[in-house]
Amino acid sequence: MAHSVPAGQKWWSGGKSPFNVEYGKLMMWYFLMSDAFTFGAFLISYGSIRFATNGWPDPNEVFRAFPLMGDTHLPLVFVSLMTFILIASSVTMVLAVAAGHNNDQKKVTTYMIWTILGGIAFLSCQAWEWTHLHSEGAWWGRNPFLNSDGTAATTNFTNYFFTITGFHGFHVFSGVIINIIMLIKNIRGDFAKRGHYLMIEKAGLYWHFVDLVWVFVFTCFYLL
Amino acid sequence: MENVHSIDTGHHEPEFSTKPIIRTFWILLGITLVELVLATIHLKTGFPPKLVLNGIYLILTCAKAFYIIAEFMHLRHEIKNLIMTIAVPATLFIWFIISFLWDGASYKELRNRYDRHHYEMSKEKAPAAEGEHEPAAKKPGVPE
Repeated sequence: MAHSVPAGQKWWSGGKSPFNVEYGKLMMWYFLMSDAFTFGAFLISYGSIRFATNGWPDPNEVFRAFPLMGDTHLPLVFVSLMTFILIASSVTMVLAVAAGHNNDQKKVTTYMIWTILGGIAFLSCQAWEWTHLHSEGAWWGRNPFLNSDGTAATTNFTNYFFTITGFHGFHVFSGVIINIIMLIKNIRGDFAKRGHYLMIEKAGLYWHFVDLVWVFVFTCFYLL
Repeated sequence: MENVHSIDTGHHEPEFSTKPIIRTFWILLGITLVELVLATIHLKTGFPPKLVLNGIYLILTCAKAFYIIAEFMHLRHEIKNLIMTIAVPATLFIWFIISFLWDGASYKELRNRYDRHHYEMSKEKAPAAEGEHEPAAKKPGVPE
C-alpha cells in the first residue's frame, strides 16, 4: 500500500490500479461495503421497529449480569469487557499487519496468535451472554423482559437482539477461522516466500470491519 | 496479479509505525469509557436527559467508526480515489437512517391516532407476576 506517489500522477490513464492498491484488497473493500449495507439494513430495521413501538425494554435492566456475580446489578459492565476485548484484538491485528510490512515473519505469528485468542475470548463472552439470557427465558420468539414503563413488550426486542448479535458473532467466528488459516500460512512461510504479506492485510481489513460493526451494535442495543 | 508486483514488493519508508496504532487504541478505549461513565451518571442521577444522551452516543459512535476506518483500516493513508470509492456510497446511509426512522415514527403516530384499541392496550401494565426486576425465568414469553 501507500508508496511515495509522484505529484500529478495520472491514475486513470491505464496500466495501473487507479486506486493504488492490489486487486484483492480493493475487492475486500467492496465486499466490506456490501456487508456494511447488510448490517446497516439489520440495524436500521431494528431502529425503525423501535421507533414504531410504544414501549421498549430498558437495556440496563436486561443486560445487567456478569459471570460468577450472581444477581448483582452490573449494567453494561460485561458488554464493556467484550468491547474492550474486541478493540484490543483489533490492535494486535494492526500490529500484525505492520509487522508484515516490515517482513517480520515471527512478529506476524505472535500478533496473529493474540488476535485469534482475542476473537475466541469475545466469542466465549457472547456464548455466556446468550446462555444467560436464554436461562432467563429470552430467545427468538420469547421475551420475558417488560418494557421500561412496565407494559408488556413484544418479542421484537429479543428477535432483533439474537439475530443481529448472532449475525455479528458469526462474522467474528469466520474471522477467527480466516485468521487461523492466515496464521498457518504464515508459519509455513508462504508469505515470506511470496515476499509480501498482503493476505494478512486483507484478513486485517475484515477483522477491523467486525470490530467496526460491534461499535454500532454496542451503541444500538446497549446504550440507546 | 500483475499489479501485485508493481505495487508492493520493494521496500519503502516504514509508514506503518506502531505509534499511531497505540494512540488510536487509547482514543477508542477513552471514548468507550466516556460512554460508560455517561451511562452510569444517567442511571444514578438521570441528569443528561435521555434524548441529549442519545445524541452524544451517536456522535461518539461515529467518532469511533472514523478512527477504526481511518487508522486501523488505514483508509486515511490511501489515495483519494480509494477513499472516495468507499466514502461516496457510504453517504447513502444518511438517507437510509433518516428515512426509515422517520417512517417508523410516523407509523407509530398514525397507529396510535387511528387504532385507539392498540394504543390503550400498549399502555396497560403487564400483570406484575414477579416485578420487572426479577429474572422471570418461569415466564414463557409475554405474547403481544
